[in-house]
Amino acid sequence: MKLKEIIKELNLKVLSATGNLDVEVNGGYVSDLMSDVMANSKKGDIWVTLQTHQNTVAVAVLKELVGIIVIGGRIVEEGTLKKAEKENVPIMVTELSAFEIVGRLYRSGIG
Amino acid sequence: MTEDKKYTKIQELTYELRVEDVMIKKVITVSPKETIYSLREVLRKNRISGTPVVEKGKLIGLISIEDFIKCLAEGEMYAIVAEKMINKVKVLFADEPLVHAVEKFDKYGFGRFPVINRGDGKLVGIITKGDIIKGILNKLVIDYHEEEIRRYRASHIFEDIVSDRTTLSFQYDIKSNDFDNAGESATKLKKTLRRLGIPPDIARRAAITAYEAEMNIVVFTDGGKLRASVRPDQILVEAVDSGPGIYDINQAMQPGFSTAPEWVRELGFGAGMGLLNIKNCADKMDIKSKIGKGTHLKAIIEINYET
Repeated sequence: MKLKEIIKELNLKVLSATGNLDVEVNGGYVSDLMSDVMANSKKGDIWVTLQTHQNTVAVAVLKELVGIIVIGGRIVEEGTLKKAEKENVPIMVTELSAFEIVGRLYRSGIG
Repeated sequence: MTEDKKYTKIQELTYELRVEDVMIKKVITVSPKETIYSLREVLRKNRISGTPVVEKGKLIGLISIEDFIKCLAEGEMYAIVAEKMINKVKVLFADEPLVHAVEKFDKYGFGRFPVINRGDGKLVGIITKGDIIKGILNKLVIDYHEEEIRRYRASHIFEDIVSDRTTLSFQYDIKSNDFDNAGESATKLKKTLRRLGIPPDIARRAAITAYEAEMNIVVFTDGGKLRASVRPDQILVEAVDSGPGIYDINQAMQPGFSTAPEWVRELGFGAGMGLLNIKNCADKMDIKSKIGKGTHLKAIIEINYET
């Protein structure tokens, strides 16, 4: 499934890298621990987290994740968005909790 | 909004390039006194569908094949151009960014715009949509070519350097508690390794190693250095700091063991997995640490081009 389709279906708000949404999402990973994501996420995953600091972008780039979904309508730091724009990493926000958004991603066929 | 931003590189180019960079400079023009009949010859010979009308170097109108067809239909082949041309001509200035041209083509739907000098109003060129596309493609080709040359140079470096033993060394300075820039060194290293033609999987493992080592320096020390020494057969990632040192390395290697303060953990760092991640990514790993003196981590990732 394409990232842009997920964005539409789950009503995500895209905050960065809007030119990089035509990518295939292979799977997903949920974690707020950086090392856990570094160790266990896979290339092409969409990453669900509550973290909003700049380091999330570095992790997403290093692991070649297709994007970051920030949960609970959290405000994403300006510096993070700048970095995400520079590295072309889409950051999306949902009002839903991690549990709910992951459930919906799974129901959409991600996983 | 997403559709608009899709072609950001092209958009960037439309701002970067000027009308004069892509316009046709040799403009075929006609005099206002010429007949429609002779206009036909001009259009046919030059395979163009319209042309500016110029009197004493100044642009006074525009006439196109459509005007010619109208005259043909109405049997006015011997009317003069001045009578049939469009007088109020929309023009572009030579120094305008190309994006203005794109907007004007969209707005007016014309096939071409004469280009004039901003200063003296002299006709200096003509531009069609085709010229814009050609101009952008040419620029893309040039950019792509430059990128290719850069990549070529980097990825063949080991073949090009003649020595008995070659090691390329990259060093990154890492600041203490700088969570904003943390991870940047690992990101830069990964890009560098990919440029060198290191296989993706190897570059990824080296980058994860570098990331975790970098984070340890950020979280626990007063700052330090991350170094990567690349040989044709292996990458050595080193992290060096000057304290505080690891009390018990075996304990530090246990999954989940961490001495990170609470606020660091809230950011999602210091989960007690870093060293383990390095161990899992590297083919060899060695840590030497002295309390109060510092820590020197070495991790080797072997380069195997078959994987």
